Amino acid sequence: MAETCLILALATLTAYVVLGGADFGGGFWDLTAGGAQRGGPLRGLLERSITPVWEANHVWLPFLLVVLWTAFPRFFGSVTSTLYIPLFGATAGIILRGTAFVLRPHATSLGQARLFGAGFAVSSVLVPFCFGAAIGGIASGRVPVGNAGGDPWSSWLNPTSITVGVLAVITGAYLAAIFLAGDAERAGEPELERATRRRALISGVVAGAVALGALAVVRSDARELYDGLTSGAGLALVIASAILGIATLVLVWTERLTVARFTAAAAVACVIAGWAAAQSPYLLPGELTLDQAAASNATLVALVIAAGAGLALVLPSLFLLYRLVLRGRLDQPYQPLDMRWRS
Amino acid sequence: MALTSVLAAAQSAAPALGPVDQQHLLWARELQAMSFAFHIPLVCFGVGFPAIVLFVEGLSLRTGDPAYRALAKRWSKAMTVLFAIGVVTGTILSFELGLLWPGFTGTFGDVFGVAFGIEGTSFFIEAIFIAIYVYGWERLPPKVHLLSGVPIVVTGITGSLMVISVNGWMNHPVGFDVTPGGRVTNVRPWKALFNPNFWHEFVHMYFAAFMVAGFVVAGIYAVSWLRGDRSRYVRAALAVPLTAAALAAPVQVLVGDWNGRTVANYQPTKLAAFEGLYHSEHGAPIHVGGIYHDNKVKFGIPLPNLLSVLAKHDPNARIQGLEEVPPQDRPPVNTVRYAFQLMVGIGTLLAVLGVVFVLTWWRHGRLPRTPWFYRAVVVAGPAAVVALICGWVTTEVGRQPWIVYDVMRTKQAVTNAGGLPVVFFGMLIVYLGLAAVAVWMTRRLAARPPEAELSDTEGAPWPKPA
Ligand code: HDD
Ligand code: HEM
Ligand code: HEM
Repeated sequence: MAETCLILALATLTAYVVLGGADFGGGFWDLTAGGAQRGGPLRGLLERSITPVWEANHVWLPFLLVVLWTAFPRFFGSVTSTLYIPLFGATAGIILRGTAFVLRPHATSLGQARLFGAGFAVSSVLVPFCFGAAIGGIASGRVPVGNAGGDPWSSWLNPTSITVGVLAVITGAYLAAIFLAGDAERAGEPELERATRRRALISGVVAGAVALGALAVVRSDARELYDGLTSGAGLALVIASAILGIATLVLVWTERLTVARFTAAAAVACVIAGWAAAQSPYLLPGELTLDQAAASNATLVALVIAAGAGLALVLPSLFLLYRLVLRGRLDQPYQPLDMRWRS
Repeated sequence: MALTSVLAAAQSAAPALGPVDQQHLLWARELQAMSFAFHIPLVCFGVGFPAIVLFVEGLSLRTGDPAYRALAKRWSKAMTVLFAIGVVTGTILSFELGLLWPGFTGTFGDVFGVAFGIEGTSFFIEAIFIAIYVYGWERLPPKVHLLSGVPIVVTGITGSLMVISVNGWMNHPVGFDVTPGGRVTNVRPWKALFNPNFWHEFVHMYFAAFMVAGFVVAGIYAVSWLRGDRSRYVRAALAVPLTAAALAAPVQVLVGDWNGRTVANYQPTKLAAFEGLYHSEHGAPIHVGGIYHDNKVKFGIPLPNLLSVLAKHDPNARIQGLEEVPPQDRPPVNTVRYAFQLMVGIGTLLAVLGVVFVLTWWRHGRLPRTPWFYRAVVVAGPAAVVALICGWVTTEVGRQPWIVYDVMRTKQAVTNAGGLPVVFFGMLIVYLGLAAVAVWMTRRLAARPPEAELSDTEGAPWPKPA
């Protein structure tokens, strides 16, 4: 049962990284799109793509939190009390982002839109970084069992954390660029499709490079994690993700954007599974194994039943939403963002 | 009752993460309270508003009247904004449960987690269908569109249902055992989920949500009404939410009585704090106003035997006083007492307002004529919010010093992390920003003329309503 719950948590995390991460990645492109006029078309596309889905994509996060604290309460309590700084940072970023994004369409002037846009974009980089850094702290064994047992600063300001944080930001950007390119194609905007495809290729290469660099960092900073990633199941998954990553690049290059969405998501799933394999059987490396952390069996069974029933309702609804979106049934008319305040 | 005090001796869960030494407990509590004070009024609109919006959309389909349609569309936009802010503030709360109270989630996470799992599912579905509903105007066939709103109504209810079950459980913890060593064992999550406090809290909160959503929305349009706008648009926007709230208000008093009796049964110390009753008495009175000081209420207006009547439906019933538990087990009496009295006072006045409205409608088939009625409606919105927060203060502060009643103290649950005052002020700024933004946004929506809602139907595959 503990394994089932762990798989549930990892699957939820993957969904959040792929779907929520891509929304954050959109914020990254918003931030780097350039001045109001030059960046207007891209921002317009982005807003059109994200608006109907971002809330649904975001709910994976509270869902994940709930699974973790129910199934692995001691793990959850230890992590939140030690890593409270990045986690509060992410929380503040989440509020800022959600609010700014909801507000921007209602801005009365280009200046206001810029202000909200900046809030949206900056927090979109902050949140994945904070979460990545927190994961880095866990993976590198810096979170002991206990109420705030670890160091509040070095647990997330260390080479592994920073690398994972950067990787999280870049991965999100990469995913976002792929999704956006597909949307641009659907919107019939070849200009934008080219621009987003270029971004996808560049960020894909950067993400690959950062991932390789991350291995080197982990080797010197968290040897046990490195050993886990370079042997057995960990190694197999790392290789799988590398292959999928390269395949995605090729697909983007050859303009097969729909398939590219799925291979990119699969590559992310492999990285997360690889991390789990690398530190198994531990949840907190060297401190707490999966079985030690697991809640009582009755609870795990109840959780699996509740989550299973929940997903049986959620997945078809999500399917409906994405289908409506992909068929253009919920599309707002496309317009470069800055034009809204110019005419 | 004796039951809980007997249990208290045997059960006393040790925090699974070790002992706690937190000098900033108060900051953690205030931060939690501030976050709730923000989230809960907002989510009332998630619980109560969708049904009202769907009702108006239904009217528009039945009558084909564009005013109804404009209204439903306008409201659905406001709903997305409120929902988005509800989502972010709710996410903060899920973090805070872990960040501020690791001793609580770390020890009991497995007892009450299932409830939050169901809650998470509800919000998921809610988020999905809100998107379909709001972005599907003009793009989905009218009946399908109306149907796509139904899951929003349902999940608004089930979502809050589960959080409240957790709160009920914290006030009346069941469904687990504590070993002599203080470990939590033999967890029965379903029993915990449907704990005895759950039903009355849920029903009371649900009516509260309709009162808050109804009175606040009606209050906004009552302002237009007072300024002389008698258009069908404003009339509908005023009458529909007002009817919902006016029907809920009198019922709420009865439900509140049910709450009070449950508290009397299971949390006698909390009940004693409602009144500031120090000595156990037969035929205990209620004092209105005044201040609790030196173990008695001073300067209050006494209403003899009323506490016994309300708590036990018997004027001579014995009510247990604060003296029966040691001082460190008593909640802060004045906070609880004022909060309780304010809630009951406001609740009574709102019930009167509701009855006036319903009677006028019933006897004369029209809205009341006197401007005083509309002035009262304008005030009723904020008053309902105050009652709501007061109610939660009564429940939560009345439960102190326990986080899990009679089982775990709040100070055992708090995080050991430093920097809580910094976090508090950081979040305060964030929340103030959020509040400013929500107000600004609603005003912006309201500033556009209602016809503007219908003009963006260009290119719509379905004809505009006549
Ligand atoms: C619009 C809001 C509102 C209004 C008008 C009232 N209440 Fe209330 N009350 C709440 C909103 C609320 C709440 C939703 O905030 C609480 C907090 C916990 C709960 O179950 O509901 C609550 C709690 C609460 C409790 C504590 C329950 C507990 O600790 O378990 C009691 C005894 C009452 N109420 C009694 C009343 C009475 C006698 C009222 C009428 C005269 C009344 N309430 C009106
Ligand atoms: C699940 C449903 C819960 C609800 C609806 C709820 C609601 C509230 C509300 C409304 C307040 C007071 C707000 C104010 O003072 O303005 C409050 C206070 C508080 N809550 Fe809860 N709460 C819940 C669960 C929790 C949990 C899980 C914890 C902690 C682990 C908690 C701990 C507290 C504390 C410590 C206070 C402050 C009391 C004080 O200031 O003396 N509550 N809660
Ligand atoms: C009286 C107490 C509460 C009620 C009635 C309530 C109800 C709701 C409702 C209806 C929503 C949907 C948002 C909306 O429609 O505006 C919501 C959102 C949320 N609430 Fe609460 N809530 C309460 C307390 C809590 C607590 C204590 C937590 C945390 C542990 C919490 C966590 C959340 C989360 C995570 C969301 C966002 C869900 C999403 O992403 O869609 N809520 N809440």
